[in-house]
Amino acid sequence: MSTRAASAIRHPDEVVCAVRGLTKTYPAVRGRRGTPATPEVRATDGVELDIRRGEIFGLLGPNGAGKSTLVRQMTGLMRPDAGTVEILGHDIVRHPERAARILAYLGQESTALDELTVSLAAETTGRLRGLDVRQARRERDAVLDELGLTPLAGRTLRKLSGGQRRLACFASVLVGERPLLVLDEPTTGMDPVARRAVWSAVDRRRAEQGTTVLLVTHNVIEAETVLDRVAVLDRGRVIACDTPAGLKEQVAGEVRVELVWRERAPLDVPEVAALRERAVESGRRWTLRLAPDEARAVVATVTGGAAFAALDDFTLATPSLEDVYLALGGAARQGLVRA
Amino acid sequence: MSVVPAEVLPGGARAVTGTVRATVTAELGPRARLWPSLVAVYRAQLSRARVARIPLLFVATFQSVGILIMMRGVVDGGSEAESVVAGSAVLVVAFVALNLLAQYFGQLRASGGLDHYATLPVPPAAVVLGAAGAYASFTVPGTLVTAVFGCVLFGLPLTHLWVLAAVIPLAGAALSGLGAAFGLLAPRPELATVLGQLGMSAALLLGVLPPDRMPEAVRFARDLLPSTYGVEAFARTFGADPDWALVLGDLAVCAGVGVVSLAVATWAYRRAAVR
Repeated sequence: MSTRAASAIRHPDEVVCAVRGLTKTYPAVRGRRGTPATPEVRATDGVELDIRRGEIFGLLGPNGAGKSTLVRQMTGLMRPDAGTVEILGHDIVRHPERAARILAYLGQESTALDELTVSLAAETTGRLRGLDVRQARRERDAVLDELGLTPLAGRTLRKLSGGQRRLACFASVLVGERPLLVLDEPTTGMDPVARRAVWSAVDRRRAEQGTTVLLVTHNVIEAETVLDRVAVLDRGRVIACDTPAGLKEQVAGEVRVELVWRERAPLDVPEVAALRERAVESGRRWTLRLAPDEARAVVATVTGGAAFAALDDFTLATPSLEDVYLALGGAARQGLVRA
Repeated sequence: MSVVPAEVLPGGARAVTGTVRATVTAELGPRARLWPSLVAVYRAQLSRARVARIPLLFVATFQSVGILIMMRGVVDGGSEAESVVAGSAVLVVAFVALNLLAQYFGQLRASGGLDHYATLPVPPAAVVLGAAGAYASFTVPGTLVTAVFGCVLFGLPLTHLWVLAAVIPLAGAALSGLGAAFGLLAPRPELATVLGQLGMSAALLLGVLPPDRMPEAVRFARDLLPSTYGVEAFARTFGADPDWALVLGDLAVCAGVGVVSLAVATWAYRRAAVR
């Protein structure tokens, strides 16, 4: 993906969006028949962020980390309990209605557009973003063409595949230019062609208009390839924030070893039994994070002797952002995806 | 797993650099004005309804036609026939504008679909009025078919059917405002559906059945229902010499309720959009 090319046009000194001490607590819910009680949850807990002009800034974390809650507060959809959000000089907590005039938001749901044709969804959204009919139609045609959606223009969103529907929603986000795009998992379900269309459309706007992008994702590979900077979220807190390369350097001394056993781990082999407490188990798969020489010893053990008979597959890999998340104390053992 | 280098932890979680604080200020994008955005929402909703709602419109019409046929065996003519025909015609409006709109907004709210509108600079009134207008428009064919069929079946004159041009939008405004408010205020979508159904059942029972045989309490409930005034206005025009002042009075009540219920729905939308 070619987003690296655009990083030259970043404006490192200009802060587009400043978040300070943002906190939101969902109150405890008393249990009723059929619904268990839930304790008080801090969905965002003192979040501080600076997003600079022209960058693709990512929020990475497993499901339930508070990414969507944070984004909803930053787009004026939800009032925080405390803290401030300033976007391009406007106080969004005090004037939530201004958010709609500064940013375009792609949420996870498409229900508002589902029964419209691709073309009408884009045109209507443009009109509701303040364009007149002629402008809205012109921009609609340009965006559908840019994203390769013109052949689908007359189809209803509901009749499209998940990835195509997502792309159509993304198209409606682009009609009516905005300096900040907030995209909540935009590429879910998309094939590689559609993904490329999304990222090149984003790149073009960054290069031509200095557009800033706030991206929510739980996809580690996507985070590593498209983001300029990433904030790692865990249980409502930002546990790290840097470039993907910078974050990975923090765990550079590590190697990830994945072992997949045929049926179950040969615990009768003492070396394997000793490894068990350091492994994260997921069915037949063990994931270990080890120093390079330890990793070599483990590979030697499992590829020889009795353990090898029980081994189905193994991989050695350099650390990913997922390892960063876990090394920084991320609580969820699963929830980040590599796709 | 203690693989974290010690120096990473303390400052590592900082996303704010402190020195970089040259915030840029941007002009706000344009606000979408009321009428153009109302028209845009109306058009979109109309096309939506064309795709997804046609079967339900048939259901609405057949239901009313069925009631007419059923009542034919009970009622012979006269003022009772007039209220049966008027009631069945307005029932189509109640089914679509009240019941279906309550369901639509209930589902939109529950599924997070309102976020789409809430992050566009569109006046809340445009979203509510656009949707309500589209649903009310979709009652037109069903209401006309029912009214004509009823007049033929009961031998009533077709002379003043033009009054439907006022009855449909005004009763439509009152009922769709109510439907939208139900959908947006109900804490769960199932509850919105139930409220919409109950409202429609009330319109059916209290609107179609001739009022003269009802007990006092039921008649009072009938007076509270906004669709009643649409039914009465329409029923009055079947007479040889309709009292137009009373017709206008009934329509004015519809209009008044419409303004209030649409205002409530707009307020409910605002409340639902920012949680």
